[in-house]
Amino acid sequence: MGKKMLPEAALERLEKEYKDWQSEYRKALQKMPERLEKFSTVSDLEVKELYTPLDLQEKDFHEDIGFPGQFPFTRGVQPTMYRARLWTMRMFAGLGTAEDTNKRFHYLINHGETGLSTAFDFPTLMGYDTGSPLALGECGKCGVAIDTIEDMQKLFTGINLQEVTTSMTINPPASILWAMYIANAENEGFQRKNLGGTIQNDCLKEFIAQKTLMLPPDPSLRLVVDTVEFGAREVPRWNTISISGYHIREAGSTAAQELAFTVYDGITYVEESIKRGLKVDDFAGRLSFFWNSHIDFFEEIAKMRAARRLWARIMRDRFKAQNPRSMMMRFHTQTAGCSLTSQEPYNNIIRTTTEALAAILGGTQSLHTNSLDEVYMIPSEEAVLIALRTQQILGEECGVANVIDPLAGSYFVEALTNRMEEEAVQYIRKLDELGGMVAAIERDYPQMEIADAAYHYQEQVERGEKVIIGVNKFPSDRPELEFILQMDEGLEEGQIERVSRFKEKRDKVKLQKAMDNLRKRCEGPPSWENNVMPALIDAVRAGATEQECCDLYREVFGTYTDPGSF
Amino acid sequence: MDNARTLRILIAKPGLDGHDRGARVIARAFRDAGFEVIYTGCHQSPEQIVNTALQEDVDLIGLSILSGAHGYSFPRIMQLLEEHDARDISVIGGGIFPLGDIPKLKALGIREIFEPGAKLQDIISWVRSNIKPRQPMVA
Repeated sequence: MGKKMLPEAALERLEKEYKDWQSEYRKALQKMPERLEKFSTVSDLEVKELYTPLDLQEKDFHEDIGFPGQFPFTRGVQPTMYRARLWTMRMFAGLGTAEDTNKRFHYLINHGETGLSTAFDFPTLMGYDTGSPLALGECGKCGVAIDTIEDMQKLFTGINLQEVTTSMTINPPASILWAMYIANAENEGFQRKNLGGTIQNDCLKEFIAQKTLMLPPDPSLRLVVDTVEFGAREVPRWNTISISGYHIREAGSTAAQELAFTVYDGITYVEESIKRGLKVDDFAGRLSFFWNSHIDFFEEIAKMRAARRLWARIMRDRFKAQNPRSMMMRFHTQTAGCSLTSQEPYNNIIRTTTEALAAILGGTQSLHTNSLDEVYMIPSEEAVLIALRTQQILGEECGVANVIDPLAGSYFVEALTNRMEEEAVQYIRKLDELGGMVAAIERDYPQMEIADAAYHYQEQVERGEKVIIGVNKFPSDRPELEFILQMDEGLEEGQIERVSRFKEKRDKVKLQKAMDNLRKRCEGPPSWENNVMPALIDAVRAGATEQECCDLYREVFGTYTDPGSF
Repeated sequence: MDNARTLRILIAKPGLDGHDRGARVIARAFRDAGFEVIYTGCHQSPEQIVNTALQEDVDLIGLSILSGAHGYSFPRIMQLLEEHDARDISVIGGGIFPLGDIPKLKALGIREIFEPGAKLQDIISWVRSNIKPRQPMVA
């Protein structure tokens, strides 16, 4: 494969035979034409009818593909991949109160899940306690309501926090929820140096796509670097950022945009951490990534393989990392929520299975599979079990996890991997020209690129060029599912009461002292002495609520509102 | 329709929900269809939405929500419109709703609910046939 592997004579013969085959193909099409005017991926990247070694001439096996666990990591970050251990089966879960979610965690663990992932409700995600007027009607709806360290304790009751790794999808308030997690774990007798897990903590993609907005970009980045710095020193097994393409894709981006914007967000976090005075090899190994696995099977596999290679090259060439671990892109994957349909929802099992298979063949480190009813609301136990079983069947029955990177060498997959990397490199160049991601966000650049792609896709769906079974082909009605999660009506009131009882028990003097220290650090110039994490751990241990800490952030750093472009 | 002015539409995202793909796509589709469109951006309280609707003198409010918190925000918006004597501003909703909630929302006076999979062209046609400018320009 590649120029160096194709002797001149072989190349000539191949070119000739390929031309002959093409004319044969065209002749055959006169009898029966192609069934589509254009064949393209779900991202509308055009694909040819056939790929051959001719498509890989410019590439070199050693430089571009190589071996698993070795630079450029195209074939996977570990030498053993799934031969030693399957990916972590990590189902995103959160509903109602901390107790409700704890019950769901135990249910999942009892059915073979191997890692935890916490979904918070909107007030928690946005930095409001349940009782805030801005939070009315939202408690426990899209995740679990966590206001205090008491809620955090109830969330993880009966779970060994040194054995299981926990992911928390939380962004602007990530430092606070992480402080609650650490303080609670220590209260339970675990040591912070042994805690493993991930906070999403990716503020840039909030401005670009997910829109849980709180602070302006600069202070948001400062807080991210505080967590990176604290993690490197005190919680070495923790992934302090999960640099996320998932939400960029759900907002309607193409695969290449998801790849490019996410990698560029990663570049920005590395630059900011270096500016703080950290050495790249001291923290880069704890950066993790999060991809969407969408419905176009090969495009996703190519995206994930290209992502690893691209990141490895950037870390080596742009940041001069020395430690191979700094160059390894480890990532979580979730199947695409936006590919699911409320019409004929059982078809969602097939979509999720296909997407999960792509994530596995793409070499993911952990995986969430969506439940068939997740298109309506938080999944029921019945549906979540099917989703978990999907991973287990793929992992243990189908043989797809037995060979490392089995699609390497496929002319098509390698060509598409190259194409993904090239498209991303072009975007990265453009973002460099714009002066970096914060400048680009301020100019609405990534936001509008995504809006354009989302609108283009919707137009293709309307014209029937992109097919969604049950929606624009064989259209069908949305049925009533026999299992649907029912939420307790008194949930919000109960949570508000619990928080107010908790607040009464607090030592006011101790709390004030901790909050004063937090304020002093926030107001001071960014540095290890002013790192918010130690002060936050004291504050939440003294009973500070999530909103009390976020209000302090908002007072000191200011707020950011959605510009509402479209 | 010769002397009727162009329809003015406010697309709004109530509550803390950040899922704005649908809102931005429909806003653009309405604009491309020739309507005048204002989009609030995410994280709007019912009070903010109604204030914007009044200030911008819109004929229609399109509420986009995927968080499940419509049980609070939709009735509150209808109540505020009533209080401002502005029930002639029509309201439609788009997003994810439990099936049982849809008749309840319509009973509040929400004119139509569009679920995932609704075609842009169908929504535009519905607006053209059902929504008229509130104060037709005098010729």
